[in-house]
Amino acid sequence: MLNTKTAHELIDLLNKGQITQNEILSDLKSQIKKTEPKIKAYAHAPNNSEPVNKDSFLKGIPIAIKDNICTKEALTTCSSHILDGFIPPYDATVIERLKEKGAVIFGKTNMDEFAFGSSCETSFYGPTRNPWDLKRVPGGSSGGSAAAVAADEAIWALGSDTGGSIRQPAALCGIVGLKPTYGRVSRYGLIAFASSLDQIGPITKDVYDAALLLNIIAGHDERDSTSVDIKADDYLSCLKKDVKGLKIALPKEYFIKGLDKDVEAAIKEAKNKLEKLGATFKEVSLPHTKYAVAVYYILATAEASSNLARFDGVQYGLRCTGAKDANPMITMYKQTRGKGFGSEAKRRIILGTYVLSSGYYDAYYLRALKVRSLIKKDFDDVFKEFDCVLTPTSPTAAFKIGERLDDPLSMYLSDIYTISANLAGIPAISLPCGLTKDKLPIGLQILSGPFKEENLFRAAYAFEQNTDWHKIKPDIKV
Amino acid sequence: MNITKDTVKYVANLARLELAEEELEKFSLQLNDILRYIEQLKEVDISKIPPTAHVLPIKNVTRKDKLRPSLKAEEVLKNSPQKQGKFFKVPKVIE
Amino acid sequence: MEFETVIGLEVHVHLKTETKAFCGCSTEFGNEPNTQTCPVCLGFPGSLPVLNEKALEYSVKVALALNCKAQEFIKFDRKNYFYPDLPKNYQISQYDMPIGLDGFIEIDLENAKKKIRIKRVHLEEDAGKLIHKEDSDYSLVDYNRCGIPLLEIVSEPDINSPLEAFEYLKNLKLIIQYLGVSDCDMEEGSLRCDANISLRPKGEEALGTKTELKNMNSFKGVRLALDYEIKRQQGLLGKGHKITQETRLWDEDKQLTSSMRSKEEAHDYRYFPDPDLVPFTFSKEFIERLKKEIPELPKDREERYTGNFNLSPKEAEVIIQDKDLCVFFEKCVGLGIEPKKIYNWISGPLLAYINETGKQVKEIKLEPQELVELIKNVDDGKLSNLAAKGVFSVMLYEGTTAGEAIKKSGLTQISDEKELEEIVKKVIKENPNSVNDFLSGKENAIMFLVGQAMKLSKGKANPKVVKDIILRRLKNVS
Repeated sequence: MLNTKTAHELIDLLNKGQITQNEILSDLKSQIKKTEPKIKAYAHAPNNSEPVNKDSFLKGIPIAIKDNICTKEALTTCSSHILDGFIPPYDATVIERLKEKGAVIFGKTNMDEFAFGSSCETSFYGPTRNPWDLKRVPGGSSGGSAAAVAADEAIWALGSDTGGSIRQPAALCGIVGLKPTYGRVSRYGLIAFASSLDQIGPITKDVYDAALLLNIIAGHDERDSTSVDIKADDYLSCLKKDVKGLKIALPKEYFIKGLDKDVEAAIKEAKNKLEKLGATFKEVSLPHTKYAVAVYYILATAEASSNLARFDGVQYGLRCTGAKDANPMITMYKQTRGKGFGSEAKRRIILGTYVLSSGYYDAYYLRALKVRSLIKKDFDDVFKEFDCVLTPTSPTAAFKIGERLDDPLSMYLSDIYTISANLAGIPAISLPCGLTKDKLPIGLQILSGPFKEENLFRAAYAFEQNTDWHKIKPDIKV
Repeated sequence: MNITKDTVKYVANLARLELAEEELEKFSLQLNDILRYIEQLKEVDISKIPPTAHVLPIKNVTRKDKLRPSLKAEEVLKNSPQKQGKFFKVPKVIE
Repeated sequence: MEFETVIGLEVHVHLKTETKAFCGCSTEFGNEPNTQTCPVCLGFPGSLPVLNEKALEYSVKVALALNCKAQEFIKFDRKNYFYPDLPKNYQISQYDMPIGLDGFIEIDLENAKKKIRIKRVHLEEDAGKLIHKEDSDYSLVDYNRCGIPLLEIVSEPDINSPLEAFEYLKNLKLIIQYLGVSDCDMEEGSLRCDANISLRPKGEEALGTKTELKNMNSFKGVRLALDYEIKRQQGLLGKGHKITQETRLWDEDKQLTSSMRSKEEAHDYRYFPDPDLVPFTFSKEFIERLKKEIPELPKDREERYTGNFNLSPKEAEVIIQDKDLCVFFEKCVGLGIEPKKIYNWISGPLLAYINETGKQVKEIKLEPQELVELIKNVDDGKLSNLAAKGVFSVMLYEGTTAGEAIKKSGLTQISDEKELEEIVKKVIKENPNSVNDFLSGKENAIMFLVGQAMKLSKGKANPKVVKDIILRRLKNVS
């Protein structure tokens, strides 16, 4: 079954002429036929007939794309009712780069509406389910991408990460997810949630594929003012290094109440493994960690309230008009947005609008920007001395569908370990490092300094190659 | 800080969001919870701390004043809910 | 009670860049709707702005020319409000760190100079255009104008009369035109002006309640609207009524201002730094380079004209109104003609021609050396002043050289001696008295005879040759 393979394995087989692209597609399609009705990983089903360049690097290897990344002439709706039928007239920069390398775009994956969530339950198209346990969430917001890869309904995928939206679902689905340094990958064509935090990144079956995919999408883009003009490393070359002498910090603020015992045990074991492989560990403090969620929900919702103002029914997407009244234009705005956005989107727009509104800017937004400086400084200080920071990705394994939906704050707190990396702009990877007693995957998070993805790849690859966690597949109950 | 239903109404109007009565009710309760949680930021001494609006020290990013092709009008209007000729059409705007 | 008028002006000018402020679409005026748009200026989901380098340089130049303090750090902010001409429902603008602060313009009053302080100069993007059809239930939107760089120049309330407002606008426009960064054409909408006006009892410090005037389509309109508004407010205050703070529209046809009457919401623009754009810092070198690129400004030029060229201030002002006219004028001066003489030709016949045809100076096909040639012809007595005016007219309307125009007018001088001998013979024969006068020592009589010869030749005779022939012949007689 070619759909269970990684991209780099398929490239080898294609290069040797042992398989064809059509065989890959057909295996994927039969898997989708089997498992997709239960998992619902896709918002817009794969439907590709693109010509394949057989001489290209990827030779038509398909990739699943999160539904908030613009694909020319293909639906891109952020899994929201308000973007009903929206077909962008352009490709995101990452999509252009993938197509140049010979990838074919294979479906748009389900997500929390506008990436607002940690469970993939707020999608207009309904929830995606975790392949390891269909009663549980796949995590979010890139839950569709993670579930598709974990269920072998996709070879690999792109997600986006604003507060953990790649890493947390990767952890909950037992695969690899990477959020690059802010500015490393162009955001052009990523429908913005919080512009100062968003990054596109790989969701893959192993660390090698993550490096391969980052190689393709990373690099400066003149269409994105926040894209950094620093030459991207060859991340594959980082994988050959060992971890001897790698200095890793363990932040004590991450090992506290609320951390699941099984998760904690798995992380400790991972630490031991890396220690055996030659890394050195030391406990450190990131004292402002506890403020990260509060800072995040001010900044992210404020930016989102402004970013989402454009969805108004004028140029594209849903338009609802009411009875004739005094100001039909304003009525159209309110009804379109009232009907087009789901509950969580409305809640965040209200919160974001509130913290920016007259008289509250200093108390909330400006204060949050200042505390953000402190959170960033915590990391700057640690990375003066250490190469990596090691933490759990999520305090718990996958939770049950519906469990946290009505309690926004408890949902927000599921991102407690992932948010800081976005606030500090640093890269972070999640990779499988164990299973709970309930046979649910546990994710290990490794962070490094800005533009030091090489350190994180080095640690992650060494760990992965010396464990078997990435080889364990879910037993999907169909 | 206490968010009343009136505050939510005011903010919803700014954000041009129509909310049902029960949404107003629910949101004001939930937002109070969230804001109470956010209150903890008040304990941080930020008196000498500069704000971080941009996490990376990038500055002065510009492009040359060089023409790039625009979209064709068909592409521009392809997604429009309502159009007339090459214009987008909207309900009457009252100034 | 005697009142003092307090006026502050907000001027918006389109910068004359090739492309829009944040994307590569053309800024050309008057094309088919929605044909100069792209994902960026349409605010399509996923698109990102990148600042036009020219727009930034032009803005800084204006700030410097308006004597603003050079800013070391500037940033862009989002101004959030919903309106269908604003595709993102926020405008990229500048809030607390604009391009220029604390400048001034000097204006000339009857017998004094006055400084009008400039509060701020900031760069923003223009909105699209709405078309409202009378008696219809819809509006149409064209986004071609959307994203054109717009510079907002806000004065302090230092203006105390409509005349001062007029002078301020005239000077501001001239400075901007000299910089070559905008056409400042109110009819095409490349310059727009709103005014805040209030009255206060003479001697009082506190400002009265102001109204905001909009919809003036010319400088004259601004003056008339202010005149009207002063009378209206005086009338109200005189009767002990209060002024309502509101926006009033100038009605050009009815020559009055009227309240917009719409229920204006309290504005709550929720400004915050645009996370899609990075901040800008200006190096000393950058500022120095721009300073060097600033041409001589109108005030300096006026001083030079009155100083070096001996023009009166009034005369200098006539020329400096138009930068291209100055260039023409100075080229003529450079060719060795007395400035005053050139001034007379410009202020008289040339400006009359410009007024009559409505042409721009640069559209006129008149080379400086041709005007100089014409003036030399007059100086040499080859052309009478009257004849020269006719020639000039031919030059302007037919775009010919001075030589060609003289020929065309049939004013070519006769220098052929044989032809002239015949004329002189006739003159001597017909004017025996004058001949006798000359022969008896009245030297002046020669001039009369030359004049008669000119008359006979219909002004075509070369007076110098004629004089020589007469002298020769009369000497022979004696």
